[in-house]
Amino acid sequence: MIQKSLAVNDKFQQWHVGIGDYKVASAPDTLITLGLGSCVGVSLYDPLRKVAGLLHVMLPESTAFNKVTNPAKYADTGLPLLVKALEEAGALRRRLEAKLVGGAQMFSGNRNSMLNIGERNVTMVRHLLQQLGIGIKAQEVGGNVGRTMIVDTATGIVIVRILGNKTKEI
Amino acid sequence: MGDNYQVTREKLDVLKEVGNIGAGNAATSLASLLGLRVDIAVPRAAFLPMEETINDMGGMEEPVACVQLEVEGDIKGLVIYLFDQDSSFRLVDMLLGQPAGTTTELGDMESSVLSEAGNILTGAFLSAISSMTRMDLKLSVPLLAFDMLGAVLASALLEGGYAEDQVLTIKTEFAQGGSRIGSRFILVMDPESLEKIVNRLMV
Repeated sequence: MIQKSLAVNDKFQQWHVGIGDYKVASAPDTLITLGLGSCVGVSLYDPLRKVAGLLHVMLPESTAFNKVTNPAKYADTGLPLLVKALEEAGALRRRLEAKLVGGAQMFSGNRNSMLNIGERNVTMVRHLLQQLGIGIKAQEVGGNVGRTMIVDTATGIVIVRILGNKTKEI
Repeated sequence: MGDNYQVTREKLDVLKEVGNIGAGNAATSLASLLGLRVDIAVPRAAFLPMEETINDMGGMEEPVACVQLEVEGDIKGLVIYLFDQDSSFRLVDMLLGQPAGTTTELGDMESSVLSEAGNILTGAFLSAISSMTRMDLKLSVPLLAFDMLGAVLASALLEGGYAEDQVLTIKTEFAQGGSRIGSRFILVMDPESLEKIVNRLMV
C-alpha cells in the first residue's frame, strides 16, 4: 500500500488523494488533498518512521447506507483502513499523531433540511481517533472556507491552503 | 443516480432533453432580466461522476460561485448552479449595468445580485421542467458560496443528503454582446423523483 517514490536524487513525489480516498507515503514525499469543504482531511503521522497517511472523509457513518461501495468515503470505515495501511508500512499505532483539516459549512443561511455534515464529520473523526488511542496534534476545522491540505512526510508539518493562495502551517 | 438506480439510455436521453430545454428557458429569462439579446450555445447534458464535472470546470481548487436551491413538491431534489469566477464577475456587471471588468470581487451587494440571478435562472430552468411534466415544483431560498469548486460542490451535495456517484450536469454558455457566461446546472434527485419525471415524459 505504501507509495514508493519514483523520484531520483533529491526530488520528491507528491501523491494526490482524491475525494473519498486514502494514501500512505514516506519521506521525502508529500501527500495532498484538494478543496476540502464539509469533507475532512485526516493525516496520521509516525514521526520515527517518517511515514504518513492521508484520508479524505466525505461522510461520518457508513451504517446509514445500504450499499457501501467505497469504504474510504466514510469516517467509520475509512479510518481503520488508513491505520491498517500505515501499520503495513511500518508505522506504530501508538506513535501516530493526527491532524484534522476541513469540516466547514460552505453555505451560509442554513436551511432546516440541511445537515451540518462538516461538524458531524469532525465530531465522528475525533470520536474514532479517541477509540483508536490516537491523539490530535493540530487542527484547522469549521468555519466557512474551502481548504487544501498538504502533508510533509519528512516533518509531519501540514500546510493548509485557502482561496487566494494563502497558506498556514499546522 | 442513486445506489440502486440504473439509468437506461432511453431514460438518459429524456433527462438530457429536459435539461436542455430548462437551460434554454433560463437563457430567455436572463435576456428579459437584462432587456438585451442573449445567445445560448447548445447546452450539453450528461450524467457524470462529480469528479469529471470538477475536472471539466478547472479542478478542485478553481474559484467558483455556486448557488444552490432545494426543489420540493411533486419531486424532491437539488439544483446547483455554478459559474466560474470570471463569468460570475461578468454577470454581476451585466446585471448592474456596469462596464465589463468593474467587478473584481464579491461583496455583499454582488453576492445578493448573484443569488438573485441564480434564483431567476434556476427558476426558469425548473419551470420548463414543471410545465413539460405538469408537476408542481417549489423552490427554496437560494444559498450562495464563493470558494474552491471541490469544496462547494461536494458540500452542496452532501449537505443536501445526496451522496450520489453521478449527477446530471448541463453545461450552458450564454453570450451577451462580447461577454460570455460559462456555467453549469447540476440536477440531483432521489431515484423515485427521477422515475416520476421520466414516466411523465416517456408515455
